[in-house]
Amino acid sequence: MAFTVTINEETREIDAPGDMPLLWALRQELGMVGTKFGCGIGMCGACTVHLDGQAVRSCSLPLSAIGDKKVSTIEHLAQSEVGQALQQAWLDDDVMQCGYCQAGQLMSATALLNNNATPSDDEIDAAMQGNICRCACYKRIKTAIAQVSRNEEDTANV
Amino acid sequence: MSEATTLSRRTLLKVSALAGGGFALSATMPMVARAVGADAAAPAELTAFVTIAPDNTVTIIGKNPEIGQGIKTSLPMIVAEELDADWDLVKIEMADTNMAKYGPQLAGGSFSTPMNWMPMRQTGATARAMLIAAAAQQWGVPAASLSTEPGKVVEKASGRSATYGELASLAATMPVPDPESLVLKDQDDFRIIGRAIGGIDSPKIVRGEPIFGLDTQLPGMVYAAYERSPVFGATLVSADIDAAKAQPGVIDAFTVKGNGNPEELVDGVAVIASNWWLANRARSALKPEWDNGEWASHSTAGYAAKAKELMDGGQSAQTFGERGDMAAALASAAKVVTADYSYPFLAHVPMEPMNCTALMREDGVMEMWAPSQTPQGGLASVATYLGLPPEKVIVHITRMGGGFGRRLNNDYMVQVAAIAKEMPGTPVQLIWSREDDVRTDFYRPAGWHRFTASIDADGKMTGLKDHFVTFDLGESPFNPALMAPDTFPAKLMDNLLLQQDMMRTAIPMGALRAPNSNALAFVTQSFLDEVAQETGKDLPTLIMEIVEGVEPEPTTMGFTGPTPGFNPNRLRAVTEKVMDMANWGQPVADGRALGFGYYWSHQGYFAEVVEVSLSDSKQVQVHNVWCAGDVGNQIINPFGALNQVEGAIIDGIGQALQLAVEVENGAVKQSNFHNYLLPRMPMTPQIHVEWVKSDNSPTGLGEPALPPVIPALTNALFALTGKRVRSLPIDTSLFG
Repeated sequence: MAFTVTINEETREIDAPGDMPLLWALRQELGMVGTKFGCGIGMCGACTVHLDGQAVRSCSLPLSAIGDKKVSTIEHLAQSEVGQALQQAWLDDDVMQCGYCQAGQLMSATALLNNNATPSDDEIDAAMQGNICRCACYKRIKTAIAQVSRNEEDTANV
Repeated sequence: MSEATTLSRRTLLKVSALAGGGFALSATMPMVARAVGADAAAPAELTAFVTIAPDNTVTIIGKNPEIGQGIKTSLPMIVAEELDADWDLVKIEMADTNMAKYGPQLAGGSFSTPMNWMPMRQTGATARAMLIAAAAQQWGVPAASLSTEPGKVVEKASGRSATYGELASLAATMPVPDPESLVLKDQDDFRIIGRAIGGIDSPKIVRGEPIFGLDTQLPGMVYAAYERSPVFGATLVSADIDAAKAQPGVIDAFTVKGNGNPEELVDGVAVIASNWWLANRARSALKPEWDNGEWASHSTAGYAAKAKELMDGGQSAQTFGERGDMAAALASAAKVVTADYSYPFLAHVPMEPMNCTALMREDGVMEMWAPSQTPQGGLASVATYLGLPPEKVIVHITRMGGGFGRRLNNDYMVQVAAIAKEMPGTPVQLIWSREDDVRTDFYRPAGWHRFTASIDADGKMTGLKDHFVTFDLGESPFNPALMAPDTFPAKLMDNLLLQQDMMRTAIPMGALRAPNSNALAFVTQSFLDEVAQETGKDLPTLIMEIVEGVEPEPTTMGFTGPTPGFNPNRLRAVTEKVMDMANWGQPVADGRALGFGYYWSHQGYFAEVVEVSLSDSKQVQVHNVWCAGDVGNQIINPFGALNQVEGAIIDGIGQALQLAVEVENGAVKQSNFHNYLLPRMPMTPQIHVEWVKSDNSPTGLGEPALPPVIPALTNALFALTGKRVRSLPIDTSLFG
């Protein structure tokens, strides 16, 4: 069955069963491999994408459930100001070890800051606890998010 | 130069412009390079780590697989340092698998740094000497009058200089210097080593660019899923191949006959589809029948019961360490302490599930894109399996989404080779589900210990006995289920008796980050803490007593080159440092307590202090971890180094608190992240790390920070509650 989905502001045709998760359509029907496969059951967050700006697990989102909602992926993250700031913070703080989970971490972090520009420590924990980092770079991820958040706050106060 | 070993051994610096350490010239100069000695008949004898282009770009080969330990950045940093390169002009390229050209390529055992420290320095220094020689010839001056600044050769007297790019083609014609003649930099002059440099691939990672094994995409590629029995040792009786073939998107399905060796190939059914999700889904139609054989009755509960029976029986199969007279020490002891300890099987679960891409080419070459920690071993296994000469197997090394020891085994490489050979001309990407990964791993072995210590009337620990129950892994040269007789503190006991019983199992076992040590640190440092409590002192004091008067062991030739033996001064230094950092011995906040742990593994000395409390619901909360580490005289890349230590500490805390693999009816019960509970962000404590520099060559950091955090945590819980954790993961019902 063919689906028409808006991905990264482009209209894409996907010819695949409706119960195929978005993750596998992105990776293997469209060749967009930035979104990662980690668990397949929505427990690790490696496959996180944005659906109308909210963080969702693409491994558990069937194509048939997307409808008119807009999908945005790691490949498009630099198009958003917050996303770009987080990418830079990730590099400045040398957040990653293996890096495999980081696309999902960045997508979750961006959704968090888009919803709440100045999250508390606990709010960062709550928003990010769905994303596993097997290398356990959590301290740095948190620091990088807090850094971007502070910068946002500083800008807002100017 | 006394440290120089591996270079001469491996003839890495054969005389040739393309030789080891020297440089292959850029693509614009191939004839020059060829003319001066590339021996086309024996290209495998050449090695090339440095290429310099006319535009001054320096390309350095990253020789070892990158699993997140940072080696693709740090080894080229060492080369660039001695080359005196301008780091901003350095590009790093991942090597293909090639033993003859690059030497051993592996990511394991924290070996990469000690093994390559001197060869990488010499490689860089060789290239630098050839650039200086080229400038000397061009200017008609003695080489001794020249020096280098980042990216250029300079003559201080005249002020003239030439960039490396300008000199590269001439440098390629210079004779390759004898390694013994090389002058290495004074370490005080290092400009790149010791600088915090971000991971070389990180910019690609934050943009989601294809870089991991699973991101490999080839024209016409198909995807494979592999159905195998969850029961270890099972063989395939039958499967409904036609039913699988009838599923949507399925291109093919066929049985694969294994060879019974889980490190290579077990029986299974391959399902091929245009999309892996379709292939994986079609597995359910196979309804396979397995002959589970004798192993289907095995369980971890059964092993635990058997271990207790063996320990209670007292008659041990094998003595593996004995010194003095333990029986006499016990007979004359003023106090005897005895306790049973145990730890579970653990899985590795790197974030990137096992996968490999293979193409059986029409020219008879098997070409592979492999996320493997031991690509040379994988290449050999595939060649053997296919009956091909090794030169007919090409293995490209991809970046890996974690390793932790799982990818030391290359079963997925043989598996995809077995599938791809049935589909010549079609690239096949094999992907494992997370369930496949959790349930068919090479697990950290479980183990059981009954320790007994003798304490004399002066409160001195006089002897140690251990009845260890573990698993028989056959003839394996490296056995993660064993305890070495020189494990601390056994090696320093006047009276010692180490005995073990081996149980048979079909559960595959392998090395998990800090193998052996990740379990033995917990049991030995916890038991020592018990002994310390019984003698009215703290654990650091007891450890200092044990090493009192002990001389440093000599340096011996090990797998990675010259290897310093155990040095109690290094132990003392990290212990004193961390006690200072944590204010050990001073009052702590109400409801909190500190615990200490020390371990020496993978040539690194680590002492750690953990601060814990219990929540109202008796959940363990780790607030602070202080860590002092000694891995030699250089921290090559402080960014990566600190990241490794922070990650290892959280990894260890996760193991202590909530990780176990259980086996029932011959198969693993856990299956995914809902029942194999990795640490998540809210568990992250404050982590404080300081380095203790010692006069030793730098060694690896992937592993040695992990082992001590586990006993430091359980010892802290004892200090807090008076309850001793003797089994992992921590059962919080212990605390009421």
